[in-house]
Amino acid sequence: MTDTKKVKMVNIALPKGRLGDKVYDMFEKAGFECPSIKEKNRKLVFENPDAGVRYFWVKPSDVAIYVERGAADIGVVGKDILMEARSNVYELLDLNVGKCRMAVAGPEGFRYDRDNELRVATKFVNVAREFYAASGTDIDIIHLNGSIELAPILGLSDVIVDLVETGTTLRENHLEVVEEIAKISARLIANKSSFKFKTKQIETITQKLEEIIE
Amino acid sequence: MIINQEIFSNKEKAMFALRQLYASHGFSMYRMSKFEEFELYASNMDFLDSGQIITFTDTDGMLMALKPDVTLSIVKNNRHIGNRIIKLYYNENIYRVSPKTHYFKEIMQVGLECLGAVDSACISEVLLLAAESLQVLSDEPKLDVSNLDILTQLLESCSLSRDAEEQITECISSKNAHGLKRVCREVDLGPARAELLNALVTTYGDPEEVIPQLEQAFLETPIFSSEEKSAFAKSIGALREIVEAFREAGLEEMLNIDFSVVGDLKYYNGIIFKGFAAGVPDGVISGGQYDKLMKSMKRTSKAIGFGVYIDSLGKLSKFDGEEVEIK
Repeated sequence: MTDTKKVKMVNIALPKGRLGDKVYDMFEKAGFECPSIKEKNRKLVFENPDAGVRYFWVKPSDVAIYVERGAADIGVVGKDILMEARSNVYELLDLNVGKCRMAVAGPEGFRYDRDNELRVATKFVNVAREFYAASGTDIDIIHLNGSIELAPILGLSDVIVDLVETGTTLRENHLEVVEEIAKISARLIANKSSFKFKTKQIETITQKLEEIIE
Repeated sequence: MIINQEIFSNKEKAMFALRQLYASHGFSMYRMSKFEEFELYASNMDFLDSGQIITFTDTDGMLMALKPDVTLSIVKNNRHIGNRIIKLYYNENIYRVSPKTHYFKEIMQVGLECLGAVDSACISEVLLLAAESLQVLSDEPKLDVSNLDILTQLLESCSLSRDAEEQITECISSKNAHGLKRVCREVDLGPARAELLNALVTTYGDPEEVIPQLEQAFLETPIFSSEEKSAFAKSIGALREIVEAFREAGLEEMLNIDFSVVGDLKYYNGIIFKGFAAGVPDGVISGGQYDKLMKSMKRTSKAIGFGVYIDSLGKLSKFDGEEVEIK
């Protein structure tokens, strides 16, 4: 009979796409490699029992849901998604990648006269509502799912609340940042209950990742 | 007639087991109507998780609500308590908007409340009952305990705006050390106090390790007056008493100290706690002292209680085909 070691695997939800690849490289560098993840196939779940990790790729906006509901113990998600979903999770680390800004942008030279309700087009309805409520500004929220920059150009909205990386798209469309709401980057999050039962494993992952953050 | 246990669902078994546990400790069953005057909630809206309540107009024109909460009704209906401690437990359905689905949901809640001359012995008893409730529900339970007074007192000494206090509390509740650092920098908080706030994020776990660390951080710092230090010592002492009670009961294994357990600072004070069961993604027990709520409802006595969220136990299989044992 061979000795078997019982390990509690940590389930990790990674965001599909460029950011996810970058984040997986960080996990690999931190000692939680899983070579099968780089094989070209249609598998969705990848595990390396020796490192005690099991990875799965999910849509970036779903990572927080997987973690909050305990399907994943930890995950990596943009701060923008956390702010919008108000997820009830632990936010353990700022991974300092996927950096951009959440900002209000409007046509060049735009000034809000406060005579009329401000029309705001955005994907981030909760963030926008909270931001303007803090300054007591009445807004009309227009919930869009993409091409937000088009809204002020066509007169659908006065301003937009959106992510701004380099500002090139804004400039090319004669828009500019009016106000910054928050700095955004990828965050390591954990399910609150999982953290109680896999404390050591999650702490080790957090600590090792922290050591390699640029 | 003998009722075969097989006829009960897991939730029903858990519910009866908990009721039996509380009754065996001298708690009386408290029954109440499904409806309550809306006014009760309108004047204590922040106490509720959500401001959305199902209301209807009764035949006499009175605006009524389907109960979104039990604690407020118990406080409202117990006016003259005097020097005793009223010990009650309940098993009620409440109606709340689920934060996940954003629809109203009927939620089965079991819980208990102690109102009156609540002292450290009563607090320990309630926490031990929370721990035993967790044992009834799960083979692998954990109880996170915090003393909110430590955070409240530290925030008071920082003299910050309400907004900054809320941001800091949010960072502590999500173990967000990097966010906390940013807020402290933005409000220009001195390094000593920022360090202590950070300690509330990074110091958690086994009480045997955590309590000495807290004592060192809060009692040996030169920034507090002796009066402030004795208040911190009292708050840490309250945690120590609980640890002692758990050790005596042989339940110390399941106890964690964790300051990420935070309630609304307007209503809660002192000891506050959250219970977890392995495999259940949310906390299954939530409770604490709520003397501030009592005060806001013009009561002079103190109070502590907790609720068990039976509905969140859907995935637990502890009750599959086995008898429920109560010590």
